[in-house]
Amino acid sequence: MDNWKDNRSVFWTLAGPGTFWLLVFFILPLGFLFVMSFSDKAIINGEVSITEYDYLTGISNYIRSVDTLYLTIIWKSIWVSALATVLCLLTAYPIAFGICFASEKWKPLLLLLVVLPFWINLLIRTYALIAVFRSQGYVNLALGAVGLGPYDMLYNNFAVIFGLVYVYMPFMVLPLYATIERLDKSYLEASLDLGASQFTTFLKVTIPLTMPGIITGVILVFIPCLGSFLTPDLLGGANAIMIGNVIERQFKAANDWPFGAALSFMLMYATFAALMLRAFLAKRSAGVDV
Amino acid sequence: MTDPIVSIRGVSKKFPGGVIAVDDVNIDIAPNEFFALLGPSGCGKTTLLRMISGLETPTDGQIIIGGQDMALTPPNKRPTNMVFQSYAVFPHMTVEENVAYGLRVTGVPEDETKRRTAEALEMVKLSHLAKRKPDQMSGGQRQRVALARALVKRPKVLLLDEPLSALDAKLRDDMRMELTRLQETVGITFIIVTHDQDEALSMASRIAVIDKGAVQQIATPSELYEQPATRFVADFIGKVNLIDAKVLSKKAKAITCEAKGLGKLTFDTEKACGDTVAVAVRPEKLKISKAEPKAAGLIKVQGNVRDVAYYGDTSHIVVSIKGGPDLQVNVQNDSRTGGSGVERGQAIWVSWMPDDSLVLTE
Amino acid sequence: MAEQMKPGSGPLDYGNRLWLKILFGVIFFMLYVPIITLVAFSFNTDRRGIVWRGFTFDNYVKAWNNSSLIEAMINSLMIAFIATLIATVLGAMVALMLWRFRFPFKGAYEAFMGLPIVIPEICMGVALLLFFNETGMMTAVVAMPWPLNLSNIIIAHVAFCFPFVAIVVRSRLVGFNRQLEEASKDLGASEWQTFWKVIVPFMMPGLVAGALLAFTLSLDDFVITFFTSGPETVTFPVKVYSLVRRGVSPEINAASTVLIVITVVATVLAMKLQAPQKSGKG
Ligand SMILES: Nc1ncnc2c1ncn2[C@@H]1O[C@H](COP(=O)(O)OP(=O)(O)O)[C@@H](O)[C@H]1O
Ligand SMILES: [Mg+2]
Repeated sequence: MDNWKDNRSVFWTLAGPGTFWLLVFFILPLGFLFVMSFSDKAIINGEVSITEYDYLTGISNYIRSVDTLYLTIIWKSIWVSALATVLCLLTAYPIAFGICFASEKWKPLLLLLVVLPFWINLLIRTYALIAVFRSQGYVNLALGAVGLGPYDMLYNNFAVIFGLVYVYMPFMVLPLYATIERLDKSYLEASLDLGASQFTTFLKVTIPLTMPGIITGVILVFIPCLGSFLTPDLLGGANAIMIGNVIERQFKAANDWPFGAALSFMLMYATFAALMLRAFLAKRSAGVDV
Repeated sequence: MTDPIVSIRGVSKKFPGGVIAVDDVNIDIAPNEFFALLGPSGCGKTTLLRMISGLETPTDGQIIIGGQDMALTPPNKRPTNMVFQSYAVFPHMTVEENVAYGLRVTGVPEDETKRRTAEALEMVKLSHLAKRKPDQMSGGQRQRVALARALVKRPKVLLLDEPLSALDAKLRDDMRMELTRLQETVGITFIIVTHDQDEALSMASRIAVIDKGAVQQIATPSELYEQPATRFVADFIGKVNLIDAKVLSKKAKAITCEAKGLGKLTFDTEKACGDTVAVAVRPEKLKISKAEPKAAGLIKVQGNVRDVAYYGDTSHIVVSIKGGPDLQVNVQNDSRTGGSGVERGQAIWVSWMPDDSLVLTE
Repeated sequence: MAEQMKPGSGPLDYGNRLWLKILFGVIFFMLYVPIITLVAFSFNTDRRGIVWRGFTFDNYVKAWNNSSLIEAMINSLMIAFIATLIATVLGAMVALMLWRFRFPFKGAYEAFMGLPIVIPEICMGVALLLFFNETGMMTAVVAMPWPLNLSNIIIAHVAFCFPFVAIVVRSRLVGFNRQLEEASKDLGASEWQTFWKVIVPFMMPGLVAGALLAFTLSLDDFVITFFTSGPETVTFPVKVYSLVRRGVSPEINAASTVLIVITVVATVLAMKLQAPQKSGKG
């Protein structure tokens, strides 16, 4: 690798455009958003203006965002995401495990089958779920055939959680697969050989040794769940709202941009906190990943 | 013979791909033996060992351990423990936790676990490293952890897969002696897998030589060396001169054959044979002389020295003979002047006592 | 003895366990049934799309004749093409720079490049919405003729696509043997010639894979487009969103099927192109 000082012109030519783009069309907008989060709508002639703002007036928006109403929504977003993440982990772990122990002939196909839905548009997959779960959908049709239902399976928390699990499952399978595949199987054999049952071996050896993959998968699923907008919007109905929907509402229907900006930053801080937790945990389990 | 602790009866293992890794093996191992499975790499030794431990199951046959057929018993229900080739010391546990693992998961009381763990660590001289994690240890130390972890379970049989292969030469010699010492102190049957004949010969009380999944011979080290049963064993254990021979006539207790370059020879043997046999003789059993040896009954042949390699205490001389294979002769350099005293190209006689050679029928 | 293994199988042969096979069956069933029914019912004659009444291409014809749907599709493809082009160039340049040079705060720079990937989409969407509004770009661009009226969306798509391209191209470059470059210079080629004749051909599979990834990401994006498109411009996902909000119809199934086919083909191509990269590394 060359030192950048050896060839400044090439360095700047290569670095310039991308850096510029990211600074102007990503960092600068975030800066605007940051400023907006500390601003308020201007009061002109005693009326609240729709388009004008008084900039940098204070932290009133953040104070409002920890108001019980919004705190409840933030809290709900967190537990819905956490529950979806745990369900993802519970289904993805056996899948990843099974793929790793499948015969070499089947491995690539199984892996492709897990990843393929991930490449299909999120909106379309969510739409497909609606078609399956709506009251005249196939699930109710099948239940009706055996004399049950119809049940309202859409527009509630259950639908949102199911949708999130459905949509983000590949994010969990891939890192788990990568770590389990790398795991030296003789550790499991040694544990069995020393008298541990299959279950004990799983708890005391397999899980601790695949912890790095579990952590990565959990973070990779938790972050997009927390920031999700489309899934709760389409599957959640009015009372299954998450923070992403509140932000959208501030920028569209409610037209309260300063407050929306503050909520966006709360969401970003939560995301960074999750990322930092991951870095911390990764460092702590560093010795394990041999 | 006392009742065998491990009795392998007609065991075969065919892998799904079609490879027959172990082919109708029969071995009885007595309590307290230091038994070695010896063979070239890929011959099925590890597979056989893993079937004893329960990490693989045979497709055919019985594996009787302590009087019970355990061919299909899961590994955690067998009185055997294994030291893995890669050691498989758990990286997320300290040395102490590793050693205690096998006791804790089987519900041994905690105070007994503590005591036995400490004893086992003492035995492999690792007490001072009890709190270390494996990634802060050398390969040799990790192997001791693996040993202690297996021995602390007091198994009926300890299985070791190529225990010395990953160590460097110096450590290997130490460990070889240490394993022999341990086996004597703990009084447990050891079954060791190795591809290194020196290792097997120097440690084991008995050896099974395996080729292509099948047992060639089971014998003590000296029997294997002096009385190899097959060409494969003779060739695999030490250096040997093998001379093909055509059978001329067979009697009840003797074979007369025409050996390449040596002429007509008669051997006392009771073994059945086909049309061809091989005459085997170790290089150190051969004598050289400039003049034709006069003693009666010697097998002798004249040839030319093709090569002389000087090794300090011995010299290895290759003699080419007419109509036969080159013969290797090892001579002691017991005079201080000029080693073996032979030169390349020199005409020379090679001779040996018939009793020092063997006729191999397979 | 209660517990027994099957002859010829080991304790870790989980692949043969029945419970695992059943679990696989159930999970793959759940993953695929919604998508397969979606595709299947795009060929259904029943308007309400619940019961299978017969095979037809009518829904595709209807979707094709739905001018707003087609317009949205054309917009989406246009945006994806231009955004991919720009994102590939930018991403490749950043990848080259990161591969070739060592510089202070490189770790921080890489984290900065990764930001658009980790930040919640909705935050990026609203930030860009605010930015385009405050700078007047929103009103200015909406008034422009097609396809310039898509500029804002394209700008936004480039911003979240090119870091992905950079990652893909860089992982390709890691396998490059720099002696080739030196050999080329030794043979008298200038730096510029070496770049085009040696480095670019080596990068090519990474470039194509990165470009296809950018294309899929752009074509699929809903959230960021939803915020950065003005009231007049509609892309395919945005259009489908508004249709879905109104209910299920076989036309959406038909249009979705088309989009699924496009993305799956692009993905399979990208995977094929990336596959030999592994063996090329040695
Ligand atoms: N899990 C397996 N699947 C298929 N073939 C195997 C497997 N394990 C070992 N083999 C084959 O069985 C033969 C014996 O292997 P192994 O017992 O490991 O030999 P050794 O330990 O003597 O070197 C080899 O040909 C090997 O390729
Ligand atoms: Mg082996």
